[in-house]
Amino acid sequence: MSSLITRVRLKQIANLIEKGKRLDGRGLGDYREIKIQQGIIEKAEGSARVLLGKTEVLVGVKIETGEPFPDTPNEGVLTVNAELVPLASPSFEAGPPDENSIELARVVDRGIRESKALDSEKLVIVPGKRVFVVFVDIYVLNHDGNLIDASALAAVAALRNTKMPNYEIENDEVKIKQGYTQLPMRAYPITVTLGKINGKLIVDPWLEEEEAIDSRISLAINDEGNICAIQKGGVGYFTPQQILEAARIAKEKAAELRKKVDW
Amino acid sequence: MSEKPEKLIDKKGLRLDGRRSDELRPIKIEVGVLSNADGSAYIEHGNNKILAAAFGPREMHPKHLTLPDRMVLRCRYHMAPFSVQERKSPAPSRREIELSKVIREALEPAVFVEYYPRTGVDIFIEVLQADGGTRCASITAAALALADAGIPMRDLVAACAAGKVGDTVVLDLMDIEDKVGSADVPVAIMPNLNAVTLLQMDGILTSEEFEAAVNLAIEGCKKIYAMQKEALKARYMAVKQEEEVEE
Repeated sequence: MSSLITRVRLKQIANLIEKGKRLDGRGLGDYREIKIQQGIIEKAEGSARVLLGKTEVLVGVKIETGEPFPDTPNEGVLTVNAELVPLASPSFEAGPPDENSIELARVVDRGIRESKALDSEKLVIVPGKRVFVVFVDIYVLNHDGNLIDASALAAVAALRNTKMPNYEIENDEVKIKQGYTQLPMRAYPITVTLGKINGKLIVDPWLEEEEAIDSRISLAINDEGNICAIQKGGVGYFTPQQILEAARIAKEKAAELRKKVDW
Repeated sequence: MSEKPEKLIDKKGLRLDGRRSDELRPIKIEVGVLSNADGSAYIEHGNNKILAAAFGPREMHPKHLTLPDRMVLRCRYHMAPFSVQERKSPAPSRREIELSKVIREALEPAVFVEYYPRTGVDIFIEVLQADGGTRCASITAAALALADAGIPMRDLVAACAAGKVGDTVVLDLMDIEDKVGSADVPVAIMPNLNAVTLLQMDGILTSEEFEAAVNLAIEGCKKIYAMQKEALKARYMAVKQEEEVEE
């Protein structure tokens, strides 16, 4: 993404962080205000809208039936896709998904998949033949930084809100019945992203800070406080000590967020 | 996938291919293998066979992507259709697009991009055969291709994964261990700068296991780094000998 802010501003951001302060008044380890709304799209089987400061992400979950993957005949299918909608930022362009949106989707996907958030064995209708396919579509509506955490939060919030259609099997055909049951879930991963600038780590970088940091690291933390997925991004580097420090902070922050969202 | 083996680590603590938990697979590296590329390298890392080539610094196409103050590094990681058990479609998958990005971001910290403004460097990586850990082996080879192309670098980048198989933290997972094991942590480092340039993870690890895995992976990277330097030296020793013969 091309830089949209001036070098003076970048320097100001870096200098403040050096002193342990941030342009928007937060401490280095503080998240912006988080708001979650669930079930706002009635046509979707599940949905959630997350506001992380001014970053806004909408996630819709659609459920269809389909074939399982040949190597996992007894598991349902999870598909995560992300759209960086052009109305969300001057740097987003319409067209097929670019590497940023693919990375975003895959990082969110890994957090959900590796924490085994979905009880995917319960999504099987006919083993090896027919399973539920859970489509998680991430829609970024306003980009003000840290899309990963906002999207991961919105995705899990939407899954928690997802109802699966009831069904019965008649003459080997799957027939959808009236009514719904809750999507079976086992875990609620929370992803924490940190940015690094001049050797200092900051939690939840917003847009202008994202321009100033040289690299970021995102860690998905499961209910037990274990790490279940990591992604380093950006063209800078971390020292091994900074990585362990980031892991420690992420664990702490994830517990804090978990309390806040009450999962 | 073939049959799941009963145990990935036997009673003696040896893995399916007879390695100990902290042992790398056999690695063979050759630098300067392609005549048309500005720099190239070939790596056999266990059963992985990977070719990497670097072109540039050269004029960028399309031109509007050039930057006035630095070179643009581009990277394409691609798997050959015959590189895996089931034929892989040659069209770039979402996985390959993500890996191209993280590999580029693993290499870029090593390159003095500000030395060549308005130019581009392209790195092409072709996985000819895959057996787990292709992104790491690709980085190891691509860093050498960049160096072979004469692009100024702060350090080489060496990469290696660690992970968890059963209850053991192990180094350098092969495909079956990655699939059946419970966690995989690929790491790339610039050893002289104590800098981690690639870090990913999937699976579940406690903080302690994660720390152990990162440290183990870094040790592995350092061993690979030594091999990279040998391979690079071997390439230029050969050039020098040729020159001497000509004289």
